[in-house]
Amino acid sequence: MSRWSENTVEDSPVAVGRPTASTEKILRSASELAGSPKKFATTNVNFWYGTHHALHDITLHVPENCVTALIGPSGCGKSTYLRCLNRMNDMIEQTRVEGQILLDGLDIRGPKVDVVDLRKRVGMVFQKSNPFPKSIFENIAYGPRVAGLKSRDRLEQIVERSLVQAALWDEVKDRLNDSALALSGGQQQRLCIARALATDPDVLLMDEPASALDPTSTLRIEDLIFELKENYTIVIVTHNMQQAARVSDQTAFFYEGHLIEAGVTNEVFTNPSKQETEDYITGRFG
Amino acid sequence: MTNLAAEQELMARYRQRKRLLSKLFGAVCLMAMISCVAILAFLLISVLWRGFDYLGWDLIRNLPSRSAAKAGIWVYLIGSLWLIGLTTLFAVPLGVGAALYLEEYAAESRWKRIVQLNIANLAGVPSIVYGLLGLGIFVYILNLGQSILAGALTLTLVVLPIVILASQEALRAVPGSIRQASYALGATRWQTTWRQVLPAAMPGIMTGVILAVSRALGEAAPLVAMGAVQYVDRAPTSVWDTFSALPLAIFYWAMHSKPEFHDLAAAAIIVLLVVLISLNMVAAFVRYRFGKKVRW
Ligand SMILES: Nc1ncnc2c1ncn2[C@@H]1O[C@H](COP(=O)(O)OP(=O)(O)OP(=O)(O)O)[C@@H](O)[C@H]1O
Ligand SMILES: [Mg+2]
Repeated sequence: MSRWSENTVEDSPVAVGRPTASTEKILRSASELAGSPKKFATTNVNFWYGTHHALHDITLHVPENCVTALIGPSGCGKSTYLRCLNRMNDMIEQTRVEGQILLDGLDIRGPKVDVVDLRKRVGMVFQKSNPFPKSIFENIAYGPRVAGLKSRDRLEQIVERSLVQAALWDEVKDRLNDSALALSGGQQQRLCIARALATDPDVLLMDEPASALDPTSTLRIEDLIFELKENYTIVIVTHNMQQAARVSDQTAFFYEGHLIEAGVTNEVFTNPSKQETEDYITGRFG
Repeated sequence: MTNLAAEQELMARYRQRKRLLSKLFGAVCLMAMISCVAILAFLLISVLWRGFDYLGWDLIRNLPSRSAAKAGIWVYLIGSLWLIGLTTLFAVPLGVGAALYLEEYAAESRWKRIVQLNIANLAGVPSIVYGLLGLGIFVYILNLGQSILAGALTLTLVVLPIVILASQEALRAVPGSIRQASYALGATRWQTTWRQVLPAAMPGIMTGVILAVSRALGEAAPLVAMGAVQYVDRAPTSVWDTFSALPLAIFYWAMHSKPEFHDLAAAAIIVLLVVLISLNMVAAFVRYRFGKKVRW
């Protein structure tokens, strides 16, 4: 399993993920965004739940090593779009996708892409935290385990590294064998983030990862996002405008299943090109 | 009297009547409960009373005999243990497998709904019907004779719908978010089912299995219908041996012309009850033990 051996012992735990005051929070500039390779390129994506047309012609590119924020009022299709990217919508019966979704130039629905591999490369943190009814350790070791990793030492390293990255290690390091269901809501959410990081994905999809967190943990998650984007591509759904403005390089505004506007976060927030975007951002609806 | 006062009095009377009704209803429920418990207690006490003299090691150890004083339940007890052992062996993999297919694999379709409806109906079919089916298929067509194998297969038919329905119920109680979390981490359907869904559903499945086994242990009708013999002179040692079972012994002894045998039947009932209650306690324990870990 070459994937697991890439990280040496030294770089895995502790070094990354500790929130520090000196973390530099620099958002990418417009030219950097334009210059980044497209991690995801979605073209004219349409999505139906039965007869309900939930996404209309979404054309959006997700630049590599950047944070893309999806914003918009409840029910506008943000989660649906997110689930298209790792094909989690396949699990829902009677749904239909049209259009093209490329990951590194490869059609994720094409014959060359195996859905299991896709989901290892594109990790997901769900809107509602959903830990397995198992120990904290087993929750995080699950992804590497199903990928075939057996070495206990390696698993322990991965568990520690992921928990440190998700800013949960200090709280749980003495009770890794306790049930994950005994954690608080916010801790469970960070556990789910750690679990998604454990498979070492390229892309991290986060559906409101901070909705159940207190301000301190929220800031930790945001710091985490800043650090992760050096190595990962992140797509985050959020209802919190300040959060989108703080952490994202690119912002996409969805409204009733349409992508109204997408661009450099600074632009979208200070100088939106569409009236709906301005109304939403300034809180006039949604 | 003003209108308001009249209205208030009416309301007060109404409230009083409601309180009275509610008390009355409570009393009726209490009576129902007491009579249930009383009937049960009466049955238990009379069985204990009648069978008490026969209880003892001789009852367990002895072979059947023409005299009630010397007769024991050894061959029947062993026959019953063989039966429930084999029935569990057949019914659990089949039943849990069917439930897994229906819940985790089969897509919603008309075909699935028809199968589902039929399973629910089969659970309600009287067990004697399965006995006749067993007689036709296992005893005659497959030519297994009145062997333990034929008996266990017949009982498998009886309990299979119970195992399937209980397992389905348990699988359905596992939240979809667990499956989604597993798939999102790159697990296959097989891994998701085997490592997450099945362990989470285990307490429920085990409870269903143990209830099904208790049912198999207590059934006499299907065994009578498939022609299980009343008298065997030694305990069975292989699946091809003819057999008899505890409920059959009870059935025949209770109809015996000599009244001593009725007391013997009561003693056998006590043994059967002890085994049944132990099984149910195991079920409760499993529920409690594993249920603690799995709470959503
Ligand atoms: N499993 C489903 N089956 C049918 N319709 C669905 C399903 N999931 C979502 N929808 C519908 O699709 C639309 C988009 O839903 P989606 O969950 O993507 O919204 P969202 O933008 O994530 O909202 P929120 O901010 O509240 O999470 C909604 O109208 C919703 O009712
Ligand atoms: Mg959503």
